[in-house]
Amino acid sequence: MWNDYLQLMKSEWMVIIVIFILLFLKLGKKERNTESLLHFINVLLFINLASGFIYHRDGSLFGDMFHSNSLLAFEKNVLSLGTLIISMQSFHWLKNHKHILEFYILLLSTLLGMFFMLSSNNLLMFYLGLELSTIPLAALANFDLEKRVSSEAAMKLILSSAFSSGLLLFGISMLYGSTGTLNYLELSQQLTGTPLQILSFVMFAAGFGFKISAVPFHLWTADVYEGSPVAVTSYLSVISKGAILFVFVSVLYQVFHHMALAWYNLIFIISVLTMTIGNLFALRQQNMKRFLAFSSISQVGFILIGITGQSAAGSASVIYFVLIYVFSNLGAFGVVSLVSALTGKETVNDYKGFYKNNRVLSWVLAISLFSLAGIPPTAGFFGKFFLLLAGAGTTHQSGGQINYLLIVIAALNMVISLYYYLRIIRAMFMDSTEQPIEKIKSSFSPNLSFIICIAGILITGIASGAYNYIYSLVK
Amino acid sequence: MNGIPISHILFVSTALFFIGMYGMFTRRNMITMLMAIELILNSVNINFVVFNKYLWPGKMDGIFFTIFIITIAAAEAAVAIAIIINLYRSHKSIDVEDAAEMKY
Repeated sequence: MWNDYLQLMKSEWMVIIVIFILLFLKLGKKERNTESLLHFINVLLFINLASGFIYHRDGSLFGDMFHSNSLLAFEKNVLSLGTLIISMQSFHWLKNHKHILEFYILLLSTLLGMFFMLSSNNLLMFYLGLELSTIPLAALANFDLEKRVSSEAAMKLILSSAFSSGLLLFGISMLYGSTGTLNYLELSQQLTGTPLQILSFVMFAAGFGFKISAVPFHLWTADVYEGSPVAVTSYLSVISKGAILFVFVSVLYQVFHHMALAWYNLIFIISVLTMTIGNLFALRQQNMKRFLAFSSISQVGFILIGITGQSAAGSASVIYFVLIYVFSNLGAFGVVSLVSALTGKETVNDYKGFYKNNRVLSWVLAISLFSLAGIPPTAGFFGKFFLLLAGAGTTHQSGGQINYLLIVIAALNMVISLYYYLRIIRAMFMDSTEQPIEKIKSSFSPNLSFIICIAGILITGIASGAYNYIYSLVK
Repeated sequence: MNGIPISHILFVSTALFFIGMYGMFTRRNMITMLMAIELILNSVNINFVVFNKYLWPGKMDGIFFTIFIITIAAAEAAVAIAIIINLYRSHKSIDVEDAAEMKY
């Protein structure tokens, strides 16, 4: 009995233990060496990540509310890895901050919420996990208490996320009304596509659309990303978005798969709009964080293409792309975070002549941007390739036809995105100014995180085992 | 049970939902926007209780969900008001139009 609670909820227990260790440290003596404290926390996060690989078991708990299997264990490991990388990258920003422990307690609470959300097998559990993962994020967005933009970002985040969860809940209440159950399996057996259920799906999709910032609901994204501290921005754009995409995929295929004909066109239109509008707005951005925000919106458009595909190939390609997206986006955010923490510069013009004094950092940023743009030797190309293969190939929903329209739109968008990614690279390598950014003295933790990101970008694409492994888990 | 048909109560909850949505889009005061969100959440609560009472009287899922929504709405309001207070300190205003440091 107790064995079940310990083994199936292993990754959740690990995060809870780390949170409690940090809480007790907070209660203890006041003065502490911040650098060694940060290293200690990184070691704790590494132990958390390593424990995810050791052992897992399939099964369910709490009357089938919570379930666990090897695919979920893999997804949780991806999120823990991303959290560790972000923690290492924010070393220089946190070193001078007064409230390190509070930052990590809030951050790990959101991670715990995401784990529960991923493992949920019931809409109540899903909602609880979702709220646990969004409410502390708003507090985190306000973490630079004295900055005006930070509190503005937090206000926009909490109001829009509360509104979106209201929409989501309205959808859930109508699903409950029409089926009388909240369990995923029972829901999927009873959903037939009546008008009430379609309306509830629209509400559901709108709520999710807010959280993953798909296009009609994307307006909060840029402001929140620009205003928040860089560590929180990268957490929002990679970990939080990745977790919600994992859940969206599993809910769509598990719960709504009998209504596939109803949602195929909806997701298709949203994905085309998201790609195109995200790209067009990214063209004219001057602030690096805002630029990465819009680029992440257009990446979500590509991910939505994969979701329209067949269930196994669709979810495998989405999970694979999120894994790559963790490495490439965190590589880019890591450099932006380091530059912002040490020099306070955040606009594209500040990056002119960056190569002159910071050779390694500019290569890290360039490789990450190449991967985001999808240029062949990097992993981003393979990620987008599998997404397109899953989405535009012969699927049941598209009537057994290859969707050429989708391929053309996606190709055009790749070209547009290449323009603005290369604009940053040109500014770094070819433009020159009188006062380029001086040599940045990075320390051990950020350097290690860059090595992990670059290795991830170069290896996960070429090693075909990664995709095969995910595909075998999905099946 | 006897007397009020389910459609009347569903009408109230739907009206409440759209009043909340209208308030969210038209009001410019942050506290009022928060109140509009509470209206939306309460309309969901009414929905759950009504569906549980009229359509699925043998189950308890809807009632439990309502209790959790009430609790989480309180937590959400607490965080939101803390953020709004902090914003008031720097902006000296709780009008969303004044919180426009970042644009385009």
